[in-house]
Amino acid sequence: MNSKSTFKIGGSKNVPITVLLLIGCLTVFFPLYMTVIIAFKRPTEMTNDIFGALKPPAQWSLENFSQAMQITDFWHSLLNSLVITLCTVALCVLIHPLAAYAIGRNMKRRKLYKYAYLYLVSGMFVPFAILMMPEAKQTALLHLANWGGVIVLYVVFYLPMNLMLYTGYLKNVPLSLDEAAYVDGASVWAAYWHIIFPNMKPMHATVAVLAALGAWNDVMTPLILMGGSGSNTLPLAQLNFQSQFSTNYNLAFASYLLALIPILIFYLICQKQIINGVINGAIK
Amino acid sequence: MSSREKSFLAILMPIMALFFLFNTLPLIQGFLYSFTNFRGFGTYDWIGLRNYADLFQDSRVGNSYRFTFLFAVVSTVLVNVLSLVLALGLNAKISAKSALRGIYFIPNVLGGLVVGYIFSFFFTYILPAFGTAIGLSDLSSSWLARTDRAWLAVVVVAAWQSIAMNTLIYISGLQTVPLDVYEAGAIDGATGWRRFRHLTLPLIMPFITINMVLCMKNSLMVFDQIMALTQGGPAQSTESISYLIYSNGMGGGQFGYQSANAVLFFVVIVVISVFQMKFLGSKEEQL
Repeated sequence: MNSKSTFKIGGSKNVPITVLLLIGCLTVFFPLYMTVIIAFKRPTEMTNDIFGALKPPAQWSLENFSQAMQITDFWHSLLNSLVITLCTVALCVLIHPLAAYAIGRNMKRRKLYKYAYLYLVSGMFVPFAILMMPEAKQTALLHLANWGGVIVLYVVFYLPMNLMLYTGYLKNVPLSLDEAAYVDGASVWAAYWHIIFPNMKPMHATVAVLAALGAWNDVMTPLILMGGSGSNTLPLAQLNFQSQFSTNYNLAFASYLLALIPILIFYLICQKQIINGVINGAIK
Repeated sequence: MSSREKSFLAILMPIMALFFLFNTLPLIQGFLYSFTNFRGFGTYDWIGLRNYADLFQDSRVGNSYRFTFLFAVVSTVLVNVLSLVLALGLNAKISAKSALRGIYFIPNVLGGLVVGYIFSFFFTYILPAFGTAIGLSDLSSSWLARTDRAWLAVVVVAAWQSIAMNTLIYISGLQTVPLDVYEAGAIDGATGWRRFRHLTLPLIMPFITINMVLCMKNSLMVFDQIMALTQGGPAQSTESISYLIYSNGMGGGQFGYQSANAVLFFVVIVVISVFQMKFLGSKEEQL
């Protein structure tokens, strides 16, 4: 996908559309601007009229941040979020393409694999609402009502979508590659690790990005599994924080900003990868 | 069985087992709980189809379906129209194209809960202050406190986030339309609106299908925004189905009853998705 391809209609850039799009950016930036300035203000600076509320702080204060970090146990929550997200991404990229390889290479000739594909992909339509109550019971029974269980559930829940993406992508990897490896005496594992896995690199990036965003931002799964355990992810910390300290807006906004910053940094670093990933994933 | 076949089975079976254990088994359990009066703890009895009969009498459940559908239909239409317009703009010959695409995608990477909290402040304080300042009475009181307006606030926040993803999918759709189609169309006099209506639209139909199905499915399952903005209020006017199942099933002692609600919800989602794919799929055209 070449993102630079444009339709050649007239030679020059379309200025009116560019200007409209620039103005439209305000809808993205305004909520972020509001978050930043409120997070840096002292409570005494908050006024009820609109210009007062949206004015930059007279003195940029970091006090809200240190207090918010303490109340939400920021570093601990951040660590939990990081561990959960990294493990989810790693397991998705290790397990899901393997499943796609076994299924995708066999579903044309063997009914078992075709049914397996349909069975797993149909999981996409199961809403979490129907699973959450039994899931809460089951994970408690298996001693998985913690971040470990959250990771297991993500790996299972993201399987249908990722299987579809990987199986679709696998069609572009010629079968003759595997066959050549087999002729050379390679086992299925060797063919997978040395030929197939490296050949699916662009799809790994897509899956990794989607899994990372999904796991990082999710509230429901950690809430059901870890809620009340005293151990939080970043979104879960916000949820608990909100119910206790909803009146001090400056403090609240500092904690929102703290929750947004890691993902914004991640986005800035791999913006291109994320956008290409979504475009890659969309057309399959 | 050859060793190759054995290896493939050795890969497939554990994955199927994992999926069965953590997806299908809970699904079956949920289905079974729906025939009981289980409260989430203690003992319970089998009560047959009574939960299902009660669901159709329950006005709170009825309201949650009404709200969820109103919300899902309005936001699906709104999101898709705006995304398509935005995608056309971002795909045109403009300056700073990749920077603009990057900016418009930001809302999608932010978490629904925190974004909901930020907008909650916006709707509670900023918008009413703005409404008062310009003398617009409809804006001068908080939408979140009004039963007839709170759903709109949820629509705005959900749309703000999901437009990003849909726009990008439409951009990838627009890039699949070959240039020579436009060139041939231009010779026949298709420009502007007619070019869009007769050339672009039919050719990106598969992308409209996938966006509508995904957007509808996601909207029907709306949860984070409700949790952050309204908690189902005011007066249960924004209680989505997922939120009702969560709050009454997990915390309200209605484990069995809300399981029945969840089963019904599952059936509804499958029926709608299949119907959408059949209906929209039939309108797709191939080059």
